Amino acid sequence: MTPEVAATATLDVAAVRAQFPILQTRVNGKPLVYLDSAASAQKPLAVIEAEARFYRESYANVHRGVHTLSQRATGAYEAARARVARFLGAPDPAQVVFTRSATEGLNLVAWCYARPRLAPGDAVLVTEMEHHSNIVPWQMVCEVTGAKLVVAPVDDRGELRLDELARLLTPGAGSRVKVVACVHVSNALGTINPIAEISRLAHDAGAAVVVDGAQAAPHLAIDVGALGCDFYTFSGHKVYGPTGIGALWGRPELLAEMPPWQGGGDMILHVSFAKTDYAPPPARFEAGTPHIVGAVGLAAALDWLESLGQEVVAAHEQELLAHATELLGAIPGVRLIGSARAKASVLSFLVAGVHAHDVGTILDAEGVAVRAGHHCAQPLMERFGVAATARASFAVYNTREEVETLAAAVAKAQELFA
Amino acid sequence: MSELTDLYQDIILDHCKRPRNFGQLAGADQVAEGYNPLCGDKVKIYVRRDGDRLDGVGFEGSGCAISTASASLLTEALAGRTVPEAQQLFDAVHAMLTGDPSRPAEDTERLGKLAALAGVREYPMRVKCATLAWHTLQAALASDPVRRATPVSTE
Repeated sequence: MTPEVAATATLDVAAVRAQFPILQTRVNGKPLVYLDSAASAQKPLAVIEAEARFYRESYANVHRGVHTLSQRATGAYEAARARVARFLGAPDPAQVVFTRSATEGLNLVAWCYARPRLAPGDAVLVTEMEHHSNIVPWQMVCEVTGAKLVVAPVDDRGELRLDELARLLTPGAGSRVKVVACVHVSNALGTINPIAEISRLAHDAGAAVVVDGAQAAPHLAIDVGALGCDFYTFSGHKVYGPTGIGALWGRPELLAEMPPWQGGGDMILHVSFAKTDYAPPPARFEAGTPHIVGAVGLAAALDWLESLGQEVVAAHEQELLAHATELLGAIPGVRLIGSARAKASVLSFLVAGVHAHDVGTILDAEGVAVRAGHHCAQPLMERFGVAATARASFAVYNTREEVETLAAAVAKAQELFA
Repeated sequence: MSELTDLYQDIILDHCKRPRNFGQLAGADQVAEGYNPLCGDKVKIYVRRDGDRLDGVGFEGSGCAISTASASLLTEALAGRTVPEAQQLFDAVHAMLTGDPSRPAEDTERLGKLAALAGVREYPMRVKCATLAWHTLQAALASDPVRRATPVSTE
C-alpha cells in the first residue's frame, strides 16, 4: 500500500476480521465480541502462518551452525530485528535487544543500566499511572541500592501532572533523579503521555528516560528519535504478534556500557575458566537460544499492521473510542475513568451498584470479553478511589456494532442488579 | 453454560445489596483478613465466641456480588454454631463450590440458603470470590484471641 492510498483509505473492517480466525468463535452461544486487546491482541493469519511456515521450512538454531537451515534461521531472526528497528524508527538493528516481553525489557534496564548508577540520595521517578511492571523492578533496584522511588501524580482526567514531574526533577525536591520510567500509553486509562516533553525535562535534569511502550505499539507511530528517550520497550503479543517475545531499544552508547543481564551461550566472545569476554550488544543481552519463531512472528505482525496503514488504523480505533465514550457515557450510573485529551482506544468504566467482576461475568454471558480488575495498576486504582474497573479496549478488528453490543450488555448488567 | 440467573440468584443479589452483619463486630474475640490479589477483593471476618460456640459473626470488606453475598450468608449461617459445626459447614460449602460442575451438587439441602452459592461452580474464575470469606473464617477461628491473624489469600 502506498502512503497516498493509506492516507485516504478507510479501513475495510470486514476484510480485516476475515484474517482473524478466532473472531468466528461463539461464546456462550453469542458471537464473540473481543474487547480485551489491551490485555492481549488476537492474531491474524499472517502471523499464525508465518510461524507455521518457519517451523516447516526454515527452522534451526541461530548464530551457531554453518549448515543451510541454521543460516536461514539466523537470517530470519536478524531480519526480524531489523524489522523491529524500522518499526521503532531506530537507525541500527544492533540497538534492538529481543526480550521475553516489555516486562523483561524494563527489568533489563533496571538491573543493567540503573543499578550500577544508583546510590543513596538518588531516585527513580515513575508516574502514578504505571503498570506494575514499571513499578516493581524499580522498587527492587531501589531496595538494593538505597535509592528512592518518587512518583509523579496524575490529575482527575488521568493526565500526568507535568508541573509536578518537573518539580520532582529539581534538586530542591530532595533527591537526584537518575532515571525517569514512564508509560507511553496507560493500559488502564488510555492516556497518551507527551514523551518528547518528558524526555526534555528529564534530560535537562540529567536523568535517563525509559519508556514502557507495551500499550502504545499497537496504536501509535513510534519514532524513538523524535521521542528523545533513552530506552523504549514493547511486547509482541499486544501488537498482534506472539507471546513470549518483546524488544528493547536502547541508545547504543548506553547499551555498550551496560553489563550483561544473564550469562550463557550466544552472549560471549570467548569463555575460559579464568575469564569470559562478553559479546557487544545486542547479543550481550540475549543469553541462550532465543525465541526465534517468536521474533519471526513479531516481524510478520509488524509487516501486517503497517500494511494497513498506521493512520488508517488509528482513525478507525479513535472512531470506536468516540462511539463507545458517547454510548457508555450516556448510560445513567456509568462512570468513565480517564478522560485525558490524548487517549488511545481504551475505556475504563464503573457501573454503579455492580462490581467490575460482576460486570465482566454478565458481559461474558453476552459474548463480550472485557477486562475486569485492577489492570496491574493498583496505585492508579487507589488514586481514583476504586478497587477495580471494567475496561473495554478497541483494536483494528472491532466494529461500531460491537460497541453497541457492549453498551446493551452494560444496560443488561444494570437490569440484573436493579 | 447455565443461565446467569443461576449465578445471580435472588438470594445472592439480596445479600449483595443488603449485606447482613456488616461492619465491625462489637466484642469480637477473633478476627482475620482475607484478600484475593487477583481481583482485589478484601474481607475481614469477626467472630465473637462463647466458649466453643460462635456467639456472633460479622464482616467488613469490599468485593463483587459473589464475595459479598458469600460473606453475608456465612455470617447468618454460622451464628450460634459450634466450632466443629462451623468446620463441617466449611467442608460442605467448599465441596459444593469446588465440585465437578457437570454433576449436580450433592447434599445442598442441609446447606439452606447457602445452596444459592452452588451456581458459582459453573464459573471457575469466580469460585475464589465465593471461597474467600470461608477461608478467612477458618483463619479467624485459628487466630489468637483478639489480635489479628496473618492475612490469608485464596491465590
